[in-house]
Amino acid sequence: MIVLWTDALIYLLILVMLTLGLYLRGKEHIKRPLQQIGRSKIGMVSLVVLLFFMLIGLLDSVHYKPADDKQNEIISLLDDWATPLRDHGEKTYSAPFATTLYSKEMTALADGSMQWGYPRLEFGGRHLDDPETQRITDILQKAAYGFAQGAGLVVFFLVLLWGLLAEQHKRFMRSSTAKTVWAVVFVIVSLSYSSIYLSGYYHIFGTDKVGEDVFYQAVKSIRTGLVIGTLTTLIMLPMAIIFGILAGFFRGWVDDIIQYIYTTLNSIPGVLLIAASILMVQVYMANHEADFTSVIVRADTRLLFLCMILGVTSWTGLCRLLRAETLKLREMEYVQAASALGVKQGAILLRHILPNVMHIVLISVVLDFSSLVLAEAVLSYINIGVDPTSYSWGNMINGARLEMAREPIVWWSLTAAFVFMFALVLAANLFADVVQNAFDPRRSGNE
Amino acid sequence: MNNPLLAVEHLSVSFNHRQTVVDDISFEIYAGETFALVGESGSGKSITALSVLRLLPNNARLNAEAINLQGDNLLKRSEFDLCKIRGRRIGFIFQDPMSSLNPVMNIGNQIEEVIKLHFDLTKEALKQRTLELMQQVEIPEAQQRIKDYPHQLSGGQRQRVMIAIALAGKPDLLIADEPTTSLDVTIQAQILALLKNIQQQTGMALWLISHDLALVSSIADRVAVMQQGKIVETGDTAEFFSLPKHPYTRKLLNALPSMQSCLMHSIEQKPPLLQVSDFYCYYPIRKGIFKRIVDHVRAVDGVSFDIQQGKTLALVGESGCGKTTLGKSLLNLIPGTGRVVINGVELNALTGEALRQQRANIQIVFQDPFSSMSPRMLVGDIIAEGIRALHPEISPDERKSRVRQLLQQVDLPEDSALRYPHEFSGGQRQRICIARALAVDPKLIVCDEPTSALDVSVQAQIIQLLKTLQREKGVSYLFITHDLAVVAEIADDVAVMYQGKIIEQGRVAEVLTQPKQAYTKKLLAAVPVLKMDG
Repeated sequence: MIVLWTDALIYLLILVMLTLGLYLRGKEHIKRPLQQIGRSKIGMVSLVVLLFFMLIGLLDSVHYKPADDKQNEIISLLDDWATPLRDHGEKTYSAPFATTLYSKEMTALADGSMQWGYPRLEFGGRHLDDPETQRITDILQKAAYGFAQGAGLVVFFLVLLWGLLAEQHKRFMRSSTAKTVWAVVFVIVSLSYSSIYLSGYYHIFGTDKVGEDVFYQAVKSIRTGLVIGTLTTLIMLPMAIIFGILAGFFRGWVDDIIQYIYTTLNSIPGVLLIAASILMVQVYMANHEADFTSVIVRADTRLLFLCMILGVTSWTGLCRLLRAETLKLREMEYVQAASALGVKQGAILLRHILPNVMHIVLISVVLDFSSLVLAEAVLSYINIGVDPTSYSWGNMINGARLEMAREPIVWWSLTAAFVFMFALVLAANLFADVVQNAFDPRRSGNE
Repeated sequence: MNNPLLAVEHLSVSFNHRQTVVDDISFEIYAGETFALVGESGSGKSITALSVLRLLPNNARLNAEAINLQGDNLLKRSEFDLCKIRGRRIGFIFQDPMSSLNPVMNIGNQIEEVIKLHFDLTKEALKQRTLELMQQVEIPEAQQRIKDYPHQLSGGQRQRVMIAIALAGKPDLLIADEPTTSLDVTIQAQILALLKNIQQQTGMALWLISHDLALVSSIADRVAVMQQGKIVETGDTAEFFSLPKHPYTRKLLNALPSMQSCLMHSIEQKPPLLQVSDFYCYYPIRKGIFKRIVDHVRAVDGVSFDIQQGKTLALVGESGCGKTTLGKSLLNLIPGTGRVVINGVELNALTGEALRQQRANIQIVFQDPFSSMSPRMLVGDIIAEGIRALHPEISPDERKSRVRQLLQQVDLPEDSALRYPHEFSGGQRQRICIARALAVDPKLIVCDEPTSALDVSVQAQIIQLLKTLQREKGVSYLFITHDLAVVAEIADDVAVMYQGKIIEQGRVAEVLTQPKQAYTKKLLAAVPVLKMDG
């Protein structure tokens, strides 16, 4: 097993989340909001979708060198699982579920004569003798078969769970939220089984310019999106929160210094900083070639630095908001009451100020998460985003951009990236909304 | 007195189809009279006024047989027609003059705007009428002030501008929704006199909405009392106050603090607990690019006073006189200079950790029970905070039992500890704040207008609680207030503050019955007193 830098950070993140969850389990006043999230249908559904994305991202973060390695290649668990998808490369563009290429070519027929037409794909629909007549029924059959497999699996687990559960938990399972969650799990698992099964025979999202399966690209991009979204936020958050609160609470010279830092940082165009740091990383990698032998290690280092520099350039906005809010809060009477009670300043910051600015943090983190995933797409435009060899929705959109003008239009790369990105960002937004509602004592309870 | 000017018949208002705020009420207002609608907060009196003008929020449902304005049913009028009635035939004055005026428009334009809506006047006549209105509401130097912006005016003047705007349409009925609640007593008396005066000049009807029975007794002709959406009693003022029929009315009247109660306080001397001498609190005024200090705002300007053990000193004064600043700087929340000795410890000589350890001696209860507790902390944690900070050696279990005990002392249920502040009413929150202050066993509690945001009956309860705690624990209070009636109820000694200085202090009975200073006399005269015949 090989642990890349971003892998390690993802493991660390998950570990932190788990310990936090265990720590908060015993807290009486945290339990109530958590229960409220548990009762909210939207919250649980978006959580399931998020967990599904995270599971894929996690599978894609376990890297190793395959035993029968010939090209010094590092692959992930997900790659291993999706080997057919990786190997089923075509020559160039083909539409979703197509059996032929998207453009006409000269092909040699069996009798040696040449023909101008759409050549059959190497893998997509190979098993069909007469695509014209069999294709639709075959697709439907295979989709239904895959769906049935997934459905069977979910039902099997449900029955198993039902048998193992104690009576008191069964009541919980009968609640309408639990039913909705299971329905969503059912749909997600069945649909993914169906698409996995289908993609063994077809390119369900078509292929791109070099003939690579777009479905595979989109799934692989999940990890990149998650990494950029979460790691950048993790780098940005501590800086924004610490600096913002300190500046607002202590004012005076502390405020002056922090304000100087962020106005200076803000006045430098972010793109310039990002370009500079990415170039530096590239130069470093070129000078130390021995350490970066594999393509994937190089791409990973670049991704890590992209996250860092995005984090460093994007904390100023939140910091400014938090400073303003803290300036307001420090004059509140409960803060004065606390200092009259002899509470130390650090404790006031932690117990009174921080919880009362958390709603701002949560809102802007979710908005930033979405905009970071999108920013990556924009940065890929000017070639300072993630490595061109690694999969990301940005790279997919960037590649598809050139083909938008083509007649007939090549729409599937863009659509696939859009659908995946949309699902992730929407789920994150909805979930954050529910969390924020639940943790605001003034709003909880009146749903 | 035959045909009522405004007749409301069987009016009900509910929110979201559930909460009934106004419950089947009927009343009449006759031309030229002053009608007062009295009730505690949440009794539905403002909603009643708003529903007459159909200004209710969207989630409200209004149900009424008729709302007749001189025989004209307002319910049958379209929104378009109502716009001509609002301001023209019914004027409205809101509670808070600051938020009812547009801060970026000068007051002349704001008055003109309303005149233009209702009358077709030339530019000259418009200006003339604006000046006339400003003179009518007795704004001095109207000619110059017409270009002033709201922030340049004092609270009382702003309320005068609001009245001028309400009068601009020459209405038959003027609705005044708590017009003096946010003003000082002396200003309050002026504004009421003004309203009465204008009413006599123009002969319009005045509909006064208030929570203050004493104030109502001095100005109204007829009074109606509202309780939980219902009108429980209506009557002529004289009859109403001498022979209240409904138990709720009697309860309200009994809850009023009375000036006579000060005569019953004991006059025994106790050793002093807190000694303050030559205390100053200046805010620098900085000007220019180098932020040079050019002058100081003298918020507290050399005050000296003592507080005896287990006694209450009331600090009285109008807003802006520096009484809150003094209270907060005694706790070192605002920097001040001067000698402060409590229990033999000189507080002003201490800094840092030593000061923090002495924090337990003085605690504070704030005016606004809504902003004085963090909305995201459980009540139990809020109360336990002081114990945690000053006595870290106490174990969590012991802390919990201490919190339960404190909740009991302030008459709150034990399960309050696991609830959030927003689940409590204003009076209950004030109890939590008192419990929080008591948690560290203070010798002195600074009470910064703890009852001014509360209803009279709740106010009486809180004062009772404070007195009981004083008897049991021997704690002293520095009671900051603008309400002289409350002073009479709770204080042993009183200090009157004016522009940063204490101008008169002494035993409460002496100061309130035989004031020496002219300012104290003025304050006492402005206090609305119940006119009880018999």
